[in-house]
Amino acid sequence: MRFLLVEDNLKLAKALCDRFALEGHVVDHAESLADADLSSRTVSYDMILLDIMLPDGDGREFLRAHRSAHNPTPVIVLTARSEVSDRVGLLDLGADDYITKPFDFSELQARVRAVMRRLGGAADNAKTYGDVVFDSTTGALIVAGMPEQLRNREMRLLEVFFASPGQIFSKSHLMDRLFSFSDDVSENAIEVYVGRLRRKLEPSQASIETVRGLGYRMVLSG
Amino acid sequence: MRLRNPTGSIRRRLVIQLAAIAAFLSVAFFLTVRVVAEQAATDTQDNILAASATSIADAVYSDGGEVRLELPYSAISMLSTISEDRVFYRVLVNGATVTGYDDLPLPDPRNAVPNPQFETYLYRGENLRSVLVTRTLSAGDRAASVQVVVGQTRLGLAAISSRITSTAVAIGVGFFMVATALSFLAAQNAMSPLDHLAASVARRGPNDLRPVTAAAPAELAPLVGGLNGFMGRLRSALTRSEDLITEAAHRVRTPLATVRTQAEVIHRQMERPANKKALREMIRAVDESSRSAGQLLDHAMVTLRSDQLETETLDAAELLRDVVDRLSPTAELKDIGIIMHLPEATVHVQGDAILLQNAVRNVLDNAIKYSPADTDIDVRLGANGTCRMAFTDQGRGFAEADLEKLTQRFSRGSNVGDVVGSGLGLTIADDVARAHGGGLEISPNKGGPGACVTLVLPLV
Repeated sequence: MRFLLVEDNLKLAKALCDRFALEGHVVDHAESLADADLSSRTVSYDMILLDIMLPDGDGREFLRAHRSAHNPTPVIVLTARSEVSDRVGLLDLGADDYITKPFDFSELQARVRAVMRRLGGAADNAKTYGDVVFDSTTGALIVAGMPEQLRNREMRLLEVFFASPGQIFSKSHLMDRLFSFSDDVSENAIEVYVGRLRRKLEPSQASIETVRGLGYRMVLSG
Repeated sequence: MRLRNPTGSIRRRLVIQLAAIAAFLSVAFFLTVRVVAEQAATDTQDNILAASATSIADAVYSDGGEVRLELPYSAISMLSTISEDRVFYRVLVNGATVTGYDDLPLPDPRNAVPNPQFETYLYRGENLRSVLVTRTLSAGDRAASVQVVVGQTRLGLAAISSRITSTAVAIGVGFFMVATALSFLAAQNAMSPLDHLAASVARRGPNDLRPVTAAAPAELAPLVGGLNGFMGRLRSALTRSEDLITEAAHRVRTPLATVRTQAEVIHRQMERPANKKALREMIRAVDESSRSAGQLLDHAMVTLRSDQLETETLDAAELLRDVVDRLSPTAELKDIGIIMHLPEATVHVQGDAILLQNAVRNVLDNAIKYSPADTDIDVRLGANGTCRMAFTDQGRGFAEADLEKLTQRFSRGSNVGDVVGSGLGLTIADDVARAHGGGLEISPNKGGPGACVTLVLPLV
């Protein structure tokens, strides 16, 4: 996915860009409202992440202009203000959602996903592996022609495997992807979710294979 | 000028003072009318008495040294023109009664200076007004002193006087009543700019700190000026502190966000479990401080707004849906389902939307935080006398001993383990519920593990 990050704090912007890159997303950074305006007019983004306090004005101005120009790109506001006083105004101005800094990156991803799902998805993000079709934005999964329901953690786990089929992922890496920092879980917890995914992929050619001592990988069998 | 009673009602004071003035004027009017009318009646009687006596005196003549009297009928009949009172007369020549009632007393001779001379006295049990006219008659070579006394009872006069008195009383009372009513109207009219000003100030919402622009009379201009000055200072103080909070939140949260994001990136790149564990601790500390800061701000905001609720009629189901929509991405991350049970009929509550949202968000956030993965949270809206929003989770629940003190500030259950929290969430919800005349109920989940937190609010 392609993001436009409008944030005047360079250190935070840098950290967020790095973080997005880890997930394989492309991020353009705009430091000011003027930059943001130019970028959003010239490039088509899947999502705009907008800070509110900017050196050359209020992010809400951008939001208002963005909406009155009927630009369809969804906007999630990154706010550092108190939730109580801000939330109503932001949503009224046409933000699709907002998140209070500092935030858990997986929560931001969840919100991005929720917004995309609500708006009917952007581009077709479905990927095919063997006879499995998976759309990580909507979480839709088709196994051997049959639609299958995925819960959130199963979906995120499958997303990891689908990003690079055949690659071995360690338990520790999968845990980082699946659990938040406030969850206290043992490494065995990952086995529960791998087990569930295996059952759902059962009818297909794809399967998740245990690589003793190293972790798991998704392969095509049969 | 110092007022004896600076409280109390200006209107009442004005009415009482005006009524007192009206009462004084009524009494003065009554007394004046009575005195003048009685004087006029007395003067009339006196004039006729004098005319009667004079005409009798004139009818005394000398006939060759003999004093004679031809009593003129008109002298008596003229007296009957003022009333039907009885008339007495007595004519004396040289001190000897010639005709009439010889026991009719003469007015006190010591007062004999004016001629005719009037006096009022008791005669035959009745009040008698009498006049004495003295005349000197030459009878041959001698001078004869003729004294004529004419008296008339005063019953008619008393009747006239009592009629005048009752008329004067009626007019006085009427005047008093009309004046009091008018003074009431005048007071009402004089106070109306003040009422208008008070109403225009009272009508404003709690956050309306614009200057008062209602037209006010010159006497109220200093008050309005003072009020506007005060509101201006209050407005700028509030704006300053709001700006300060916003600025403080921004200054604290932006670096925290930087630290957290960088730590996440590094955590992903780290391999050694010990380093990863240290970073996890760091990130949790960041979460804890940002969460505490946020809830402290929320709590301050709730306390501030609780004193001046901006109430409106709200759809409780819509409120719940909003908050559930907002929090469901967070719940989904843990595969927690939020199941809503909403009644078919609309449930209306009267309340401050921002505060109620905040309360619901805190309760639900709490439930999500303490719920294990792969569980459901039941959100149930009921309206049975009161509006009840019940949130049932399947988490670790609350220890029985904690139920009492959970809503106290910074109090957390004894079994929180290492879940990040400030202990303010339920306090905020409880404060909001109380400010709306409701409350927060905490009980164990009847159908299994976990707890049920119920936000109770009065229905519209």
